[in-house]
Amino acid sequence: MQNKASTSAANKPNNLLKGATGEWEVIIGLEVHAQVASKAKLFSGASTTFGAEPNSNVSLVDAAMPGMLPAINGECVAQAVRTGLGLKAQINKRSIFDRKNYFYPDLPQGYQISQYKNPIVGEGTIEIDVDGVTKVIGIERLHLEQDAGKSIHDQHPDYSYVDLNRSGVALMEIVSRPDLRSAKEAQAYVTKLRTILRYLGTCDGDMEKGNMRADVNVSVRRPGAELGTRCEVKNVNSIRFIGQAVDYEARRQIDIIEDGGTIRQETRLFDNAKGETRSMRSKEEAHDYRYFPDPDLLPLEFDQAFIDGLQKGLPELPDEKKARFMAQYGLSAYDASVLVAEKESADYFERVAKGRDGKAAANWMINELFGRINKEGTTIATAPVSDVANNAIIGMISDGTISGAIAKKVFDIAWTTGRDPIEIVDTDGLKQVTDMGAIEKAVDAIITANPDKVEQVKLKPSMLGWFVGQAMKQSGGKANPQQVSDLLKAKLGI
Amino acid sequence: MHVDEKTVRRIASLARLKVTDAEAKSLEGELSGILDWVTMLDEVDTKGVEPMTSVEATSLRLREDKVTDGNIGADVTRNAPLKEDNFFVVPKVVE
Repeated sequence: MQNKASTSAANKPNNLLKGATGEWEVIIGLEVHAQVASKAKLFSGASTTFGAEPNSNVSLVDAAMPGMLPAINGECVAQAVRTGLGLKAQINKRSIFDRKNYFYPDLPQGYQISQYKNPIVGEGTIEIDVDGVTKVIGIERLHLEQDAGKSIHDQHPDYSYVDLNRSGVALMEIVSRPDLRSAKEAQAYVTKLRTILRYLGTCDGDMEKGNMRADVNVSVRRPGAELGTRCEVKNVNSIRFIGQAVDYEARRQIDIIEDGGTIRQETRLFDNAKGETRSMRSKEEAHDYRYFPDPDLLPLEFDQAFIDGLQKGLPELPDEKKARFMAQYGLSAYDASVLVAEKESADYFERVAKGRDGKAAANWMINELFGRINKEGTTIATAPVSDVANNAIIGMISDGTISGAIAKKVFDIAWTTGRDPIEIVDTDGLKQVTDMGAIEKAVDAIITANPDKVEQVKLKPSMLGWFVGQAMKQSGGKANPQQVSDLLKAKLGI
Repeated sequence: MHVDEKTVRRIASLARLKVTDAEAKSLEGELSGILDWVTMLDEVDTKGVEPMTSVEATSLRLREDKVTDGNIGADVTRNAPLKEDNFFVVPKVVE
């Protein structure tokens, strides 16, 4: 599907790869297969649940028994349309299902029902951010198709085992334009697409279960020259591997061309363990899928009201949410994008920020909460300090009840004991000391005890930090650092 | 339109059919004859006519997203020449 590169995707020089004979531009297009979130399969009433007993989620339709007829699942159609709307794409009110013919033991029909010339969704776009630059990546199309079954090769030396539980599960194949120019951009694209699908609830994006995987098309050319011959790396199943596949494949192609060779258009496998791509040797003959309209299925048609109804039900999407967070809470673009990457953390943030300063809440969440979550290997849903507790801590910082340093201590106690932050501050006597008398006494004692330092600070005002530190230490961190600083300045005459 | 032996062999291979030399020779003639006959349709002016993909002028009915089928692993694999624990067992295929 790699035919023309949009001009909007003009390359930046820093994306070029150096070869022995000069610089090369890498051209990447992705075909992402995303499993549609639905209870039943695309054309049968069998369940889509993962990990069931072999061939238990299989109807006679999925096993392609003679005489069985497909009947389309309306929810899968709705999910494809929702996804199209989320990708700001053209929705085709009339689309056609075709048969893609090939033989493989885990494809009992001998063909996959897919959409060829008339897909349900046409052109759209995805915005990605790489190194602070926003780039628009074109979507060529999205179509609905059936997944195949699964062959297991390691159970027996002479036989393969076939499980059809996946057979007939609905997939959306989302095809990008060849607008991507680096491994980083390819990864950002898949990450963003996954975020959008998860917001929409149209695919769970679970790459470990194979619910989202990508075919990566890579070619190289001299900057601005004609497109080179591409190779397709099949079924790459993690965002890290997508990056590795692009880098390996680009380097391999550059080396071949620079050694005077030519690139053969072919399908390649990605070896997860070695991080390299390999030719699929058995495919000497080019595929000929002999697509034709499936005579068992009528054209898929719906009206504008169907689309409008789905449009109304769409959630706020990541780009809109990011823009709102920046406007409503005054967040930086970076902080906003960190928070909206998962809908769950975006919603959590809004609960933490309720009635608080948005910027303070974002800083707290990104530094303290996410920091601890990453360290402990847990998730936002199971973190022992709740949204309400974090909201309370931020409240206590902003109204001066506790200092930032004490807040970290309270968070740590709450995390390990599950105690309520307000109760911790009360019981453990962690309230900031606002009694100026007590602070003044401590400050006076420090000044009296350190006459040498008092002389130094008059020449070098940056020494003030040392005095503030001493006074804070004496107060057990409970004094207000600003008040201490002001008081010291007055007393020391600086 | 002439279908040569190479094309016959390619079509047979795509359909996973074993064809003997004698059969291939005879199929050359048969397939060429069929295509010649169908080529008569080219005489019809179809400019501006959308290709027909179904004979009925209705559209697809949408099924509800409900699990109504499955848990018939034994039935599904009943006719399989080889099976184990409700898996189909087939000659090794590794790409």
